[in-house]
Amino acid sequence: MTISAERQTAIAGELRHVDKWYGDHRVLTNVSVRVDRGEIVALIGRSGSGKSTVLRVLAGLSPDHTGERAVSGAPALAFQEPRLFPWRDVRTNVVYGLTRSRLPRSEAQTRADRALADVGLADRAEVWPLTLSGGQAQRVSLARALVAEPELLLLDEPFGALDALTRLSMRGLLLDLWREHGFGVLLVTHDVDEAVALADRVLVLEAGRVVHTRTIDEPRRSPNAERYRAELLDKLGVRI
Amino acid sequence: MLLGVWQLGSALGLLPQDVLPAPSLIVEAGIDLVENGQLADALRVSGIRVVEGLLLGGFFGVVLGTAVGLSRWFEATVDPPMQMIRALPHLGLIPLFILWFGIGELPKVLLVALGVSFPLYLNTFSAVRQVDPKLFETAQVLGFSFWQRFRTIILPSAAPQVLVGVRQSLAIAWLTLIVAEQINADKGIGFLINNARDFLRIDIIIFGLIVYALLGIGTDAIVRALERRALRYRS
Repeated sequence: MTISAERQTAIAGELRHVDKWYGDHRVLTNVSVRVDRGEIVALIGRSGSGKSTVLRVLAGLSPDHTGERAVSGAPALAFQEPRLFPWRDVRTNVVYGLTRSRLPRSEAQTRADRALADVGLADRAEVWPLTLSGGQAQRVSLARALVAEPELLLLDEPFGALDALTRLSMRGLLLDLWREHGFGVLLVTHDVDEAVALADRVLVLEAGRVVHTRTIDEPRRSPNAERYRAELLDKLGVRI
Repeated sequence: MLLGVWQLGSALGLLPQDVLPAPSLIVEAGIDLVENGQLADALRVSGIRVVEGLLLGGFFGVVLGTAVGLSRWFEATVDPPMQMIRALPHLGLIPLFILWFGIGELPKVLLVALGVSFPLYLNTFSAVRQVDPKLFETAQVLGFSFWQRFRTIILPSAAPQVLVGVRQSLAIAWLTLIVAEQINADKGIGFLINNARDFLRIDIIIFGLIVYALLGIGTDAIVRALERRALRYRS
């Protein structure tokens, strides 16, 4: 079932009253999530609370559910691991993000190079993914997700496997890209700091139910906080 | 060093020449066979048998292994009979193959094909099964077609282990050929060796064995080069 067209104008992705079962085990109960364009929504919860399942349902990877799902275009998805194809060079991996667009090869490669430049890896287009650091590989994964200019970006613990400093520069990169392109983001994380630092709205999921919603009214854009953070992080050698 | 001791032992009469001829005599026999064209003929005939057998058996091994690796239905229907046939020693089928297919090229090629299909089947099966399911999920997100999944995930991911199967298959192919050519053949390296036995030409027999060994090493080196290429992204 889908949600009627006129309600979708600003919506990047939405679930309404979704229930999901794995066999006899109920993993989601009446979950409603809405992500507008230009909005970052964080979904936090303990392990096993069902937050990754919400993301999979929204991504269309888990079609067996009740309730309604609406997504504008094909959502892009980045995982905790970069999941690059190790036997293809970095540029080709990003080109795979354009599979649905059916562009001619040269056009796809031009756009892939632009996406790589956006994440600061223009000079690594021709190397094997296994030669990249964890943070670089995750940036390639982000470039692959964003190269097709999706309206909804789904992130599943995208920075969870990175060291603390790399994680901070990835947050900065994500915000830069988000400001530039204006897609909607659903960020699944168990890191409360990350949720508060990035999101407009934070949903708390517990045992498959949304139990709390917090609007962050003093978000990342507070000029002083960001300046001090930037200054200290600059001293640490982290670019944000 | 070993060759020097061998040559010296022959020259001093310590090694009887009708049991183990001197290396120099074996080299001379080899040069004769090269010059009169017998070696080239034999190599061509034996080479064609191995290549045809490898292609035929390899095709069935890889296709069935891929199908069984990708589909539980194929696993349930194809794998049990394959395991039963695999339990048969394929060299023991020579008498049956002669009765069924005569003494021409066909039984030899089929025997090689049967021998090589199992290592390729087993290695392909397990290689396809071991492809990282997360990559399939990623492919689903990206919207890959079946053909793109096959080319971009299954093939490169399975290639190294399939090539291990090719190396095992090559060893079996040469072994099968040697046995098949000893028993009934009027051409090929095995025939050369068998014929030499009738004339007590131990030098030719040993030379023929060396040719078999070199062929085995040479073809293995080719496959190892392919393996390095398939894995170049790991360097």
